[in-house]
Amino acid sequence: IALYATLALRGFFPVEELDTFDEIDSRLQGHPDMTRTPGLDMSTGSLGQGLSPGVGMALGARLLGKDFHTWVMLGDGEIQEGQIWEAAFVAERYRLDNLTAILDYNGLQQYGWTSAVLNGKRSPRMSIEDPRRLWEAWGWNVLEMNGHDVGEILHTCRQALSFRGQGKPTIIISHSVKGKGVSFMENDYNWHSKVLTDEDYARAMADLERPLGGA
Amino acid sequence: MPESMAMREVFANTLVELAGQYPNLVVLDGDLANSTRAEVFEQHYPDRFLEMGIAEQNLMGVAAGLATVGLIPWLSSFAVFLVNRDLDQLRMVVAQPNLNVKIGAGYAGLFTARTGKTHQEVSDLAVMRAMPHLTVVAPADGVEARLAMHAATASPGPWYVRLVRDPTPVIFDDSYRYVPGQVVTLRQGTDITLFGTGVQSVRALQAADLLAAEGISAEVVHVPTLKPLDPEGIVRAAEKTGLVVTTEEHTIIGGLGSAVAEILGEHRPTPLRRHGLMDVFGESGANDDLIEKYGLAPHHIADAARALLRTHR
Repeated sequence: IALYATLALRGFFPVEELDTFDEIDSRLQGHPDMTRTPGLDMSTGSLGQGLSPGVGMALGARLLGKDFHTWVMLGDGEIQEGQIWEAAFVAERYRLDNLTAILDYNGLQQYGWTSAVLNGKRSPRMSIEDPRRLWEAWGWNVLEMNGHDVGEILHTCRQALSFRGQGKPTIIISHSVKGKGVSFMENDYNWHSKVLTDEDYARAMADLERPLGGA
Repeated sequence: MPESMAMREVFANTLVELAGQYPNLVVLDGDLANSTRAEVFEQHYPDRFLEMGIAEQNLMGVAAGLATVGLIPWLSSFAVFLVNRDLDQLRMVVAQPNLNVKIGAGYAGLFTARTGKTHQEVSDLAVMRAMPHLTVVAPADGVEARLAMHAATASPGPWYVRLVRDPTPVIFDDSYRYVPGQVVTLRQGTDITLFGTGVQSVRALQAADLLAAEGISAEVVHVPTLKPLDPEGIVRAAEKTGLVVTTEEHTIIGGLGSAVAEILGEHRPTPLRRHGLMDVFGESGANDDLIEKYGLAPHHIADAARALLRTHR
């Protein structure tokens, strides 16, 4: 949904069309469909599959002599899928420095499992611990950033681009909080795909009046 | 034409031929290029040969990505992996977005150099036929395999091309034209119609010879394209004799037999017998022994035809 909101604000389709989300005949399907929604480079939905087409696009850019850069958003839950590591291996093998992944590291997934360590704000249903170790082992550059600080996001993405020519793909571990900015949603996995009541919505919107980045 | 050709050799040579014609054609291999013979392509076009290692899920996803930026990826691996290991990838990032990915499904059927049931793909037509957007073709010989690869490359969208490892008889000559979605009458007959697909169509022709020796006139119709089907052609061939046997080197569930039964059931109910693998997996063994044990030989097809004739004539 955040993807559709972004595309609408960038002018790919009217903002009013957001109201058709997941309704019959809508261009805005429950999961992104490149054959329907303007502005999409790939259809996704079944987890763990996005990085491979990204590898294909980056390889394609090289073969076609084009200089576009490929960006792939990954969830920290979906990197449990084996295909991610197949793709990570091939990206490193082909030295794809025109590929950057951003790992949304919020520590939560739909259900997850109970962590033995309860570290303060993190939920006890921890998705993955220490992703840096895994991606470094696969031969990737690893950067980290605060995923709620726009300035830091821009800076880190520019830094990733500056690694082009060095022969390694890059991943940015984006530290984030699931449900950020909505007091009753933050770090609660139960809100993974729950629908708001009207009353919840009013409370959430009141919370969101506060500026981004304010804890 | 030679008497026999191995489709994997045809696969490799045709890729080289197509690469000259299509500068944006690339080949992705799943660590099997010396089996599928895609190694020949690598020798000619090393920069357009992309080794993906033993990782079929990623292989399919990378192909999808390449297709989105305008390349034409041909996949080289075994049918058994391309159908099963990465079925979800094929479904979501290739078939659903209708991307221009060509699946060269090698080693389909029972001929897998004695590797046994783990490497024999005998339900691919059932699975692939149920996949929206996919064109599914099972060539009868090397001549048709080459033409099908040309048709696949010329046509946008995902294709599944079923290929056989070992040499099989050549039945078509230079004058043959493969037309996607059309059946091909290989032999005229009046008593019974034998529908075949893939290399099993050649065995159906041989079965017709056996039947002719007993005075039974069998029409033989080859169905190279399992999807899209040719309902008119199938109905016409069935109407001509009023009795139908389907035969395939594939399980009798979901493949050619089911496809023909579906068409005839809706448009022209006709007594029909499905012949093929009887809902079983294969095993290791010499090719001839496998064909004999699993009942796929011409004399088995003739048996099925005789049985149907006995009950309906």
